[in-house]
Amino acid sequence: MSTDVTFSKEELSRYNRHIIIPEFGLAAQQKLKAAKVLVVGSGGLGSPVLLYLAAAGIGTIGIVDFDVVDDSNLQRQVLFGVNEIGKPKVEAARQRLQALNPHIEFVLYNTQLTSQNALNIIKDYDVVADGTDNFPTRYLVNDACVLLGKTNVYASIFQFEGQVSVFNYRNANGDLGPNYRDLYPTPPPPGLVPSCAEGGVLGVLPGIIGSLQALEVIKVIAGVGEPLAGRFYIFDALGFESRTFNISRRDDNPLNGRNPTITQLIDYEQFCGVKAVEKPVKEITPAALYELQVKGEPFQLIDVREPYEYDIVNIGAELIPLATVTEQAGKINKDQPVIVHCKVGGRSAKAIRELEDKFGFTNLYNLKGGILAYIDEVQPELTKY
Amino acid sequence: MEGISTTNHNFSLVNGLNMAIIIIPTPLRKFTNNTAKLEIHADTIAKTVDELTVNFPGLKKHLLDDKGQIRSFVNIFVGNDDIRNLQQGATEVTSGSVISIVPAIAGGS
Repeated sequence: MSTDVTFSKEELSRYNRHIIIPEFGLAAQQKLKAAKVLVVGSGGLGSPVLLYLAAAGIGTIGIVDFDVVDDSNLQRQVLFGVNEIGKPKVEAARQRLQALNPHIEFVLYNTQLTSQNALNIIKDYDVVADGTDNFPTRYLVNDACVLLGKTNVYASIFQFEGQVSVFNYRNANGDLGPNYRDLYPTPPPPGLVPSCAEGGVLGVLPGIIGSLQALEVIKVIAGVGEPLAGRFYIFDALGFESRTFNISRRDDNPLNGRNPTITQLIDYEQFCGVKAVEKPVKEITPAALYELQVKGEPFQLIDVREPYEYDIVNIGAELIPLATVTEQAGKINKDQPVIVHCKVGGRSAKAIRELEDKFGFTNLYNLKGGILAYIDEVQPELTKY
Repeated sequence: MEGISTTNHNFSLVNGLNMAIIIIPTPLRKFTNNTAKLEIHADTIAKTVDELTVNFPGLKKHLLDDKGQIRSFVNIFVGNDDIRNLQQGATEVTSGSVISIVPAIAGGS
């Protein structure tokens, strides 16, 4: 099929540095143009992946992302600039990428990838690049790729560490490589491994790891070199050390081991235990908190963030960081409403559950959306971070 | 006798014993006094993990489940190979072995 692919004079000029590599050549460039790649997530990893795939001349690029550009993204998501803040990421990405390479067709999915839509979206693509940011979606992308027989070029980052592998890759001999469930059969329980939003990530790290991911996508499509299938690469930016491990398929893989038990997509929130831990806590909206403040009603406001976050911005709450709520429980009133907040609401919900379980509090309310929502709705002049 | 050392030498003799190197991933270094490489004297992976969790109790819930088994989202490699493809906890550790602990991470945005 790729031999039917032709290039305009402009394209030949643009891709000249590929075409003149003897091991790559026109044939590989034709394969890139004929290929359809789906990039799931256009954030830290997705930014370099999309930039390099577009620059390299992948013919059709699908982009899945439901988010809008936020100023806290710009430290690492190099696809976007200040003019894009507030815009849907898929739209902002297309604008940037089309300016980079007008010869490419983009398909946008301004939606969250779910068990309901994943097969339908992924089925049209040759290769998937997974740059999502949570365990349920990691397993969803993996399972959908295995069920559809697609290669999944995987990368993941946290703080100073990155991981890369090529999953579900069938080599020239027809041998199928391992997938994510062979490497990590089950996810960690929620709360044990923090997300990048909670734990942070060095901005340049997704640039490094996402570039490696783009490299593997291009190699898989062009059929050059040895893809990172059956191998697992990790990079430690702090020590500047990298290692590549051997990984292999497992007989007990529920997708494609000896006795497969997963034949269709499942509920990945449930699989990752996300639903199970969500013991509900009472909530209060920023508007309702503001009303209490205006009326001068008695209540106590607690901030469970870290001191450095409090220094960036606070709304006059008492600071009791999450890790110390148990030892400082004596400072928390039991005879009036107590409103607990953090940045977006996750840590304060944890604090409330802990206090309710250990000390029997019944008067704790979680500020919905945390201080960021309060700033948006009540005090937009305050600093967001 | 088993032992542990937190020096950063790639390979050394501690108390006259040849030691294996164990590499701690950044998310778990807060439990090892921010030490990236430890030197351990033990002859199997199971004993290595025991030694680690005795010396750094905060690591225990991250490495082992309630039954004391290595958690399925934590991979341990000896050299380049996954212990699940070797002899699991019984995998032999010799002097100079490099043991890597690699937990699952999911960040991408």
